Formats: sequence, C-alpha cells, structure tokens
Amino acid sequence: MDGSEALKEEIQPNRKENKKVHEPNKRNIWQEMKKNYASYLFLTPKLILFTMFIAIPVIWALVLSFQEYRVTESNIFVGLQNYIASFESTMFKKALWNTFRFTIVTVPFNIISALIIASLIFPLGKLSQNFFRSAFYLPTVTSMVIIAMVWRWMYNYDFGLFNHILGWAGIESVNWLGQSNSALWALIIMQCLIPFGVGIIMYLASMGAISKNLYEAATIDGAGPIKQWLYITIPLLKPTTLYLVILSTIGSFQVFTQIIMMTGGGPDGATETLVHLIYKTGFRDFDFGLAAAQSVILFGIILIFSVIQFRMLRHDD
Amino acid sequence: MKNNRQKQINRLNRMLIYVILIFFSVVSLLPLYWVFSTSMQLDHYQDIDMERPVSYVDSNPPKMYPMGFKLYFEHWKEAREAEKVGDSELAEHHRGMMSHIIDNTFYTFKSLFTNHDIGRWFINSLYIAVIVTFGILLFDSMAGYVLAKKRFPGRDVIFWIIISTMMIPGQVTLVPMFIMIRDLGLMDTHWALILPDLSMVFGVFLMRQYMYSIPDELIEAAKIDGASEWKTYWKVVLPLAKPGLAALGIFTFMNVWNSFLWPIIVLNSAELHTLPVGLKTLQDANLASFKLLMSGAALAAIPMIVIFLIFQRYFVKGLTLGGVKE
Repeated sequence: MDGSEALKEEIQPNRKENKKVHEPNKRNIWQEMKKNYASYLFLTPKLILFTMFIAIPVIWALVLSFQEYRVTESNIFVGLQNYIASFESTMFKKALWNTFRFTIVTVPFNIISALIIASLIFPLGKLSQNFFRSAFYLPTVTSMVIIAMVWRWMYNYDFGLFNHILGWAGIESVNWLGQSNSALWALIIMQCLIPFGVGIIMYLASMGAISKNLYEAATIDGAGPIKQWLYITIPLLKPTTLYLVILSTIGSFQVFTQIIMMTGGGPDGATETLVHLIYKTGFRDFDFGLAAAQSVILFGIILIFSVIQFRMLRHDD
Repeated sequence: MKNNRQKQINRLNRMLIYVILIFFSVVSLLPLYWVFSTSMQLDHYQDIDMERPVSYVDSNPPKMYPMGFKLYFEHWKEAREAEKVGDSELAEHHRGMMSHIIDNTFYTFKSLFTNHDIGRWFINSLYIAVIVTFGILLFDSMAGYVLAKKRFPGRDVIFWIIISTMMIPGQVTLVPMFIMIRDLGLMDTHWALILPDLSMVFGVFLMRQYMYSIPDELIEAAKIDGASEWKTYWKVVLPLAKPGLAALGIFTFMNVWNSFLWPIIVLNSAELHTLPVGLKTLQDANLASFKLLMSGAALAAIPMIVIFLIFQRYFVKGLTLGGVKE
C-alpha cells in the first residue's frame, strides 16, 4: 500500500493542493470547484433526475401531509389533522396491525429458513450448489404479480390445488382468501413458502468468506458439525443476518402486490396493509393529503426500525 | 471398522441433506410449475367416446401435468397402429384428434396475442426496461466514478444526501410524483415510467463501491497521455467496470421489468400497458378463466427466467456487491 501511495504522490503533484480543500479558505474552494468542473458535469444528469424525482417529491410529501389537498383552489394547511385522522381511523389501525403481524411472522421465518437452506447447500459440490441456488432464487426473479396470480388460483375454494390436497387427507375445504380469519394467514403462509432467494445467496457468499482454520481448530477440539454451526457459523454471519433482517423488514412493511392481486384488502379489511391503504386513499379516493400523511408514517416506522438496525450493525464493527 | 461406520454415517448425512433440499426446492418451484402446467392444461376437450367436453383445468382430483401431452402421444400411437393395418379412416380420426389436442392445449396463448394484445405489453415492458437500464448504467457510472475517484468540494455532501434517500420507501413520493407527472402532462405516457425509474439511486451507491476497485494508476496514466476527462471515463474506466455494470444492469432491468405499483397508477390505455399491468387487467376481466390467466403469467415469466439462467453469476455478483459494507 505504501508503495502505491508514493507512486500516486509522484504522478499527482497537485495532490497536496487538494488537501487545502479542507481549510476554510473561500477563494481556494472556488478555485477547486473551477478546476474540477468536469466532475460536476459528470454528476449533473443524475443530480437533475434525483432532484426532480426524489428530492423535491420527498419534501413535497412532507408539506402535503400537513395540507388538505384541493384540486380547484389552493391547498390549505390543516396542521396535524391528517395524522390525527389516520390514527383515529379503524381501517388505518387495522392496516398497521396486519402489516405488523405479516412482518413479525414472515421475516424471522424467511431468514431462519434461508440460513438453514444455505447451510445445507454450502458443503455440497459446485454443481449441486449451483443447481439448488438457482432453484431457490428462481421465484425471486419472477414478478410478484405472477406469483400472486398462481397462489390465488391454488387457494381457490372450489378448484384450487390446496383444497384438493386437503381433500385427499380427508380435511374439509378451506375458503382461504374468502373469510376474514384465514385470509391474512393464507398470505403469510404464501410469503413463508416463497424462498428468500436473496438471503440464501448472501448467506452462501458470507459462508465462503469464513476462514476454514476456525472449523479445523474446532474439529481438533472435538466440536461436532452442529456445535460448529451454532458457535462459529451463526455468530460470524451476524452482520449478514442483520443486513437481511433490515432488508426484508423494509420489504415486508411495503407489502402490496399480493394484496391488490389476491384479496384487495378484504374481506372486510382483514388483509388491508399500509401500502395498499395508501394506494386506496391516494388513487381511489384522491385524498392526497391523507395519503401523504400515511406514507410519512410508513417512512417513520421504517426509519425507526432502520436506525435500531444500523446501531446494531455499527456496534458489531 | 470405526472408519467404515463413520463413512456410512457421512453418506447417510449427505443423502439426508439432498432429500431435504430436493423437498424444499420442489416446494419452492411448485407454484411456477403450476403456472406452466395449468397454462397448457386441456380445457373443453372432447373425444369421440365422451358425451360432453371435459375440462382438466378444474377437474377433481387435479391433473398434475398437462393431459394434452399424454393424450397426444396415445392418439399418435393409435394412428400409427391404424396405418399399419391399413385403416386410413381411423388413422385420419386420430390425426384429427392430435391437431384438436394441440389447438386446445395452446389456444389461450393464441388468444392472448389476438384478443388481449400481450405482444404489445411485452414490447412496452422490454423497451422501457432497456432504455432505463442503459440510462442508469450511463448516469450512475458517471456519478459513481467521480464520487469514488475525484476530490472536489461538496463531494461527500452530495453522496451523503443521495444515499440517505435510499432509506425512504418509494411510496412516500407516490402522491407528489402523481401531481407532478399530471401537471407536466405526462399522465398515461411511458415518460411517466421512464423518468422516475432513471432517478433511482441504488446504482450510484453500487457504482461508487465498484469504482474503488479500479486502480488509480490507470486513470492517472490516461491523464498523462493527454486523454480528456470524458475519454478517460469512456475508454479506461468503463471497460474496467464491466462486471459491476453487468450486475447493476441486470438488477435494474429486473426491477423495471417487474415494477407494478407506479405503473398501475399512471397507465390507463391498454396499448400502453406493461406486462405486470396487463396481467392485472387480464385477471380483473377474466377471474374464472384459469387457463387464460396462467397462460398470461407463463408468457410473462419466461423472459425473466431465461435472463436469469443466462446471466446467473451476475445476479450473485450484484447481490453481494450491494451488500458490501464500507
């Protein structure tokens, strides 16, 4: 490393000048900016798109959440009214509770099963490894719209595959998606049975990075494979696990496609989720202020979870 | 003795692992299999000895594979038998049944193209995904390159602002973006999809990560040779970033190809639909025609499956790149 640093110094004589950027000298900064005009040009296209379609909309959403949106006249500020209305609405509370239940069951299940599947795949030969990795990742590249369509068909009360299978076992048909006490569970079961392909691939990559010496030492000390898995593999995979937990928690809080394709939030709000409710409030009722407030609440929830997560990640390093 | 037993246990363990994995992969692939199986299942099929047509799509017990394949083979065998004994009328009958079975197996695919315009949806999805992918690759690699390799005032602030928005869920911008797109007069156009997709920031992060791995010496050498900033980027940096670009390209393509929530909000006209939007309208209008729905789902699934099987290693690469912490 030291050699290449020295080399850089040699061919980049103006490097020392660059360091002056950090000094509080206005003229120098201006000169630096002028000298680096090309860098700014390189950033320009992305920055324009980013400002137009991310930065402005995000700020705008915050503003809108404090407004009552009127199409004809100007919007009026109503303070926290949209937020209060959200938390007072039974449907919103239902959506919050359903989204939470969906997340609390599917995220741990998906992550634990991804860890187990990856652990089973890892010791296999290259060919089998590739085969199983593809088999488990294939459903992830397929659009959720397609997955939801076929699950709706498999859950069909009269002709669906699942009720036929139950019939073979002598169990009465279940109206999976049609009754309020089973609909959310049907969606949860579906989410659990779709393999968490991203997780499996990330775990496999991280397992490859664990030093073999650790396992050899453990074997000499007489630890069996299960003990090695519990005391070496799992602790060393912790950063990956935390990354995956936050990734799938965020994804789970945003569950939408299954809902609109399979139940439409019904029956009687039993499968209403936050994002589906935002969609309905905004683009069926066109209550933009309320929808904006609901989406800011969603962001708040995700932010709280993410901050906790990042804290844990940093603590680990 | 002991060694031998150990070996046996190992072999048993290995077998057990395979059995478990095969069971789980069957569970994981069963829904996709069911899409393809139902899409080719016989519907309103009538043979000479049947009083009325039967549908194997919703029969009880369910047929676990397309019945047409089996029946086609049977009629083919019987047609050959009949030809052997010289009964040309019977052979003709079986040949007729064979073409009836083929028609019946694939008629929903045909109907998707003639009555539902799925070809149009496919082309829309494809060209939008291609435009966005190449746009993202260009803009994000340009941004990632200078963010990783140049020093200029404001660099870290810009990067920090861009990255901090990665945590904001896309739903937050739905309403303002809807108002904006409407006021720009872009509602129900493909621009309404392309522009917001081009502004996704994940690629900037990924490209910046990747650009760090490119040796400074090569960039400096190009500069000494008198190459302009653009030429350095185009001729030196981009070729070296190819694996990173491939990974980002594939993920962008997949995201755009599968995107759903925003397209169903801004697209109305049937001829502008992308595949996922088209599938939703197909389901809304034909709730009970399972064969038709599954045929649409099958056609929509094939391109991504093929792309995944071809570019598998880039998927793996992209996932692990994106997850790398600094």
